[in-house]
Amino acid sequence: MQRGICILSTNIAVDARNVGKIYGNGAGAVTALGDVSIAIEKGEFFTLLGPSGCGKTTLLRCIAGFETPTTGTIHLSGRDITYDPPYQRPVNTVFQSYALFPHLSVAQNVGFGLKMQGTPASDVAKAVERVLALVKLEAFADRLPQQLSGGQQQRVALARALAPEPEVLLLDEPLSALDLKLRKEMQSELKRLQTETGITFIFVTHDQEEALTMSNRIGVMSAGALLQVGTPHDIYESPVNRFVADFIGETNFLEGEVEGGQVRIGTGDLLAVDLNGETGGVTLAIRPEQVSVKAADAQLSGKITEATYLGTDTHYTIGLGDGSHLVARVQSNSVAAFGVGDTVGIAIDAKAVQVLKS
Amino acid sequence: MSRQTPGRSKGLNGWLLSTPALILLLLAASGPLLIVAVYSVLEKGDYSGVRWILSGEGWFRVLFEKDIFDHTISLADANLSIFWRSFKLSIATTVITFAFGLPTAWFIATRPAKSRAFWLFLITIPFWTNLLIRTFAIMEVIRNQGILNTFLMHFGLISEPIQILYTDTAVLMGMTYVYLPLMVLPLYAAIDRFDFRLIEAGYDLYASRWQVLRGVILPIIKPGIIAGCILVFIPSLGAYVTPRVLGGGKNMMIGNFIELQFGQGQNWPLGAALSTVLLLVVLVSLLVYTRASSRDNPNG
Ligand SMILES: Nc1ncnc2c1ncn2[C@@H]1O[C@H](COP(=O)(O)OP(=O)(O)OP(=O)(O)O)[C@@H](O)[C@H]1O
Ligand SMILES: [Mg+2]
Repeated sequence: MQRGICILSTNIAVDARNVGKIYGNGAGAVTALGDVSIAIEKGEFFTLLGPSGCGKTTLLRCIAGFETPTTGTIHLSGRDITYDPPYQRPVNTVFQSYALFPHLSVAQNVGFGLKMQGTPASDVAKAVERVLALVKLEAFADRLPQQLSGGQQQRVALARALAPEPEVLLLDEPLSALDLKLRKEMQSELKRLQTETGITFIFVTHDQEEALTMSNRIGVMSAGALLQVGTPHDIYESPVNRFVADFIGETNFLEGEVEGGQVRIGTGDLLAVDLNGETGGVTLAIRPEQVSVKAADAQLSGKITEATYLGTDTHYTIGLGDGSHLVARVQSNSVAAFGVGDTVGIAIDAKAVQVLKS
Repeated sequence: MSRQTPGRSKGLNGWLLSTPALILLLLAASGPLLIVAVYSVLEKGDYSGVRWILSGEGWFRVLFEKDIFDHTISLADANLSIFWRSFKLSIATTVITFAFGLPTAWFIATRPAKSRAFWLFLITIPFWTNLLIRTFAIMEVIRNQGILNTFLMHFGLISEPIQILYTDTAVLMGMTYVYLPLMVLPLYAAIDRFDFRLIEAGYDLYASRWQVLRGVILPIIKPGIIAGCILVFIPSLGAYVTPRVLGGGKNMMIGNFIELQFGQGQNWPLGAALSTVLLLVVLVSLLVYTRASSRDNPNG
């Protein structure tokens, strides 16, 4: 696992090598990170995605310097920072709780980092003005944090972390406290800021949609391990295992057996799919939008057990002969509406089916 | 219950109900103060008490003295040194209790919630015993044949006892011990409310430990610091028992000096004037403190 060393250090912002973190010791020890290796490129919008408790915050805190990894090293632009204290790392954090200083005005909060670095007061003032303009909070410079709305506080936290122009910005579920509309707004705002500043963003979320829309690359984590790293397209279209497929978007899983270049599923039907070299027992991962529903006979047939109208799309849950189910997402106006109890034909876009080892 | 004109009858009832308390407050708090103020501008009686003749003598003697033979006026150095010592010892007590109190309060506030009550309980134990008894206990520790000197001599660290008792150091030790809980409790209350995540935010933004303490922690717990300092400084300034027992007769503080005027000194107007001065100093320092805290925190 010496992969990190081979990568040109000039392109890599954060290089975590075999990072493990165990909290506590003895019987009460918790392994938060197993053996995580990851190289995050400069200027990248990188998202760590995973269910609650999988170690996202822990990895972020190791990069920020609030935790020391139990094993492994962390390099920043080629320099080993594993044991550097947080105040010596050119890395800033946007905390989930914002953690704004309540006794300081918005401008003082934003200027705090620069002031601590010993920047002359006049330069601090200029930088604060510039960053406040970036997050559109010029009018609020003299307010105290408690006189701001949640979304405004969020932007102050962002401005405060951006002002010292860190090499890497860490964002731990920064949007989770906002309501849906504000959240969407902040998503595009964040994306814009990242592009404008060129700073490497490492963003933590457990919202797969947020991860897909915002990131250059995504790292999917589970139980302290990094399962897959790739572009949103890679992760969505070719998940490496059932967990990733399930976590990113809705997925149907059909168990089957490879038989003469095809896969025989539970209903006894044979499906011609790209086997990708798999043999024996396999799991087929099928996205709901790759399942089409027809009135006439097709590859498979089933009975609709549930129909959910979602505006432009309709979701059909279809029971197959062997008791398994498939969810299909079809455009509401593309076919005649079916009802619960209707027997329908099912066609699966074979090229889009992912074959995973069972 | 009658529900007509609730506002007015409530207000009236409120006043009626609190009248006994108000009368008591008026009599118990303002009455004595008034008597003290009046006595300070009367003439001193032959042995004690006052004669009901208006006189500035009491106030004059606070700062000045008149030679009995040639009637020349000079500053009363003895009084000034007592004021100075009181002030110095009170400031020192406040500073030392703060230096000890801050880590103590921090320690308690960072314990798991379950054990915090236990530590707070330990802090309040001294309140259960009479101040006089506690002060004599300190005397037992620091006197020449006391525990401290015996211990140090036993281990050959010193060859003869250190004279601590009846010095300013003894008074300072006593006052620090007595007033420490009054510093710890408000500091604890402030630290308990402190959001510890702000410390990480400080470190993250390039502040060193010292800068986090000065720039983040201290300003945010400032109300607790101010409360603790007031609670220690004001009673220190008027301390009576501690300087009397541990300072001996010579190392007087204002409290002892005032007592002297009403007792052996037989100069009630001077005692009353001194009391009034002490009261004014306390009022002024309270005002300065509240000003300082409200200016720094316009919205708090
Ligand atoms: N200080 C700690 N002491 C002991 N265990 C901890 C500590 N911090 C985290 N853990 C444990 O480590 C594991 C990973 O926690 P972490 O906070 O990194 O998860 P997360 O992925 O950020 O989850 P979430 O999405 O809920 O924020 C969890 O099992 C958690 O209970
Ligand atoms: Mg987390």
